Amino acid sequence: MIAVLKHELRMYFYSLTTYVFGALLLAFVGVGAVLYNIQAAVSNFEFVLNFGSLIFVIIVPILTMRVIAEERKQKTDQLLYSLPITTSQVVIGKYLALLLIYLIPLCLISIYPLIFAQFGEVYLPTAYGSILAFFIMGSALIAIGVFISSLTENQGFAAGIGIAIILLNYYSVRLSEYVSSKARGSVIAMVILIVLLGAIIKYLTKNNHVAYGVSALLMAGVVITYWVDSSKLEGLLPHIMRKLSLFERFNAFVNGVFDMTAIVYYLTVILFFLFLSVQSLEKRRYN
Amino acid sequence: MISVEGLTKCYGDIVAVDNVSFQIEEGHVYGLLGPNGAGKTTIMNIMTGCLSATEGSVRIYGHDIFEEANEAKRLIGYLPEQPPLYMTDTPLEYLKFVGEAKGLRGAKLKGQIDEVIHKTKIGHVKGRPISSLSKGYKQRVGIAQALLGNPKVIILDEPTVGLDPIQIVEIRDLIKELGRSHTVIFSSHILSEVQAICDQVLIISKGKLIAFDEPKNLEKLLLAPNEILITTDAREKEIKDILADMDHIVDMDIEEGDYTVAHIKIDHEDIYEVSRQIFFGFAHKGKALVEMSLKKTDLEDIFIELTGGSESQEATEREEVKQ
Repeated sequence: MIAVLKHELRMYFYSLTTYVFGALLLAFVGVGAVLYNIQAAVSNFEFVLNFGSLIFVIIVPILTMRVIAEERKQKTDQLLYSLPITTSQVVIGKYLALLLIYLIPLCLISIYPLIFAQFGEVYLPTAYGSILAFFIMGSALIAIGVFISSLTENQGFAAGIGIAIILLNYYSVRLSEYVSSKARGSVIAMVILIVLLGAIIKYLTKNNHVAYGVSALLMAGVVITYWVDSSKLEGLLPHIMRKLSLFERFNAFVNGVFDMTAIVYYLTVILFFLFLSVQSLEKRRYN
Repeated sequence: MISVEGLTKCYGDIVAVDNVSFQIEEGHVYGLLGPNGAGKTTIMNIMTGCLSATEGSVRIYGHDIFEEANEAKRLIGYLPEQPPLYMTDTPLEYLKFVGEAKGLRGAKLKGQIDEVIHKTKIGHVKGRPISSLSKGYKQRVGIAQALLGNPKVIILDEPTVGLDPIQIVEIRDLIKELGRSHTVIFSSHILSEVQAICDQVLIISKGKLIAFDEPKNLEKLLLAPNEILITTDAREKEIKDILADMDHIVDMDIEEGDYTVAHIKIDHEDIYEVSRQIFFGFAHKGKALVEMSLKKTDLEDIFIELTGGSESQEATEREEVKQ
């Protein structure tokens, strides 16, 4: 794992995308600091992070697109499979390297509240609590990016899908106001989600029985719930969209609450997508 | 020692490897021979843990490649068909990464890197980006990574493909040299290469192991007769009369023209003795032999005989389906 981590770090320092990632993050947070802390003279640095989080839509897919896709394209994944290290070690090594790359601009950003504190009153616990949450939220998005990269050998495709998914997640709360909150609408949305889940299971396991079985069970559950008590499905879709949003949960930190449930949620997302990435790599061995 | 038992790999309905079993003993060079798409790469990928098997087992010195993957993989150095190189690395950086991943540290890592650089003769390019190296040097860097950790078994998948003739000779010499200190298994579809380097040959066709022996024994294994081609002024009937008393002639094919051409198949090991008898037979009857040429059975004939003529068409189709 350490060997993979060191090698990835060395490769990132040769890669232009790493510098684009760092530069865009610093630029966006910098612009936010100018707008909020300097021009509007607001002393809350957490507002800047809330503003800056939008840039994740672009920079996370740029950073993560090559992490596994490139290995597949260059056939270097064969080397990783033949080395005496496990797939989990490979994925964790790569993920930790990405986190270290992400930490570099974040360390610079961490100095900002201290600088602003020289010129006025900055509530540092909220500022640094938000920076920590900003780091963990970014880590969760990076884990999603790693998984998307593991699905293809086309970096452009990985970046495109990554941008679409993170953008959807960013706007999911606003979009939730426009989707149907009726029980029937929820059933239709759930059926679509179940079909998508079935397709992912089929892709990962290449096992039709498991994919169809899980999909059929979940669909039966939804239909039975609809017939027995349709009121339980009312407002389900907007509720799910709000709950799944990583960005919405960050608002609690901006409002000065260090929300442990959000931290647990982020960590769960990280573990879930790293697990899926390992499975996706293993799948190639078992296809 | 490597033990492969009942190895089968299916891609959907297509059987890429079909119930292959063999034992590899220590200290020899083994050649895995077969046309493109015969299943050589699949077998090697399974042996090195890069691919799962649908059925069967691979044990490397008693360690199952699936159950005790790390222990088994430490005993193997693998160079896939396309060398798995990171183009932005220099050979030195690349070897450092592979060495560390194989568990080497500090002075031991440095010592082994120096050793494999020396063995593969890449010392003068070790500081250049791999992307700028020639194909031959890239292949050498690939072999160097396989040698790190001093594995007992080196597995090389078509190591000479795409190289120029000089590079091919150099890589073959390197494989021969490696064969003195390691067990080497390499695949090829070039017969002369296998004949020149290997102690033992495994012939793979349509996913099946159809022959496993020393090259010279394989020639004996097949009863394909040697052939003598003569051109003479004798007519068909006269030729048959002259050859009627001779033993060891199993078949002949005669074409009449200005001169008569006869393909004579014999089952005698000493083709020169038979040709001598034919020569004096014709001389005795006062007939001229204007041309005589001898054709001995070689590995190529065995290969074509064993794998069948329609093999390569089917193999190409199988390869396409697999991709």
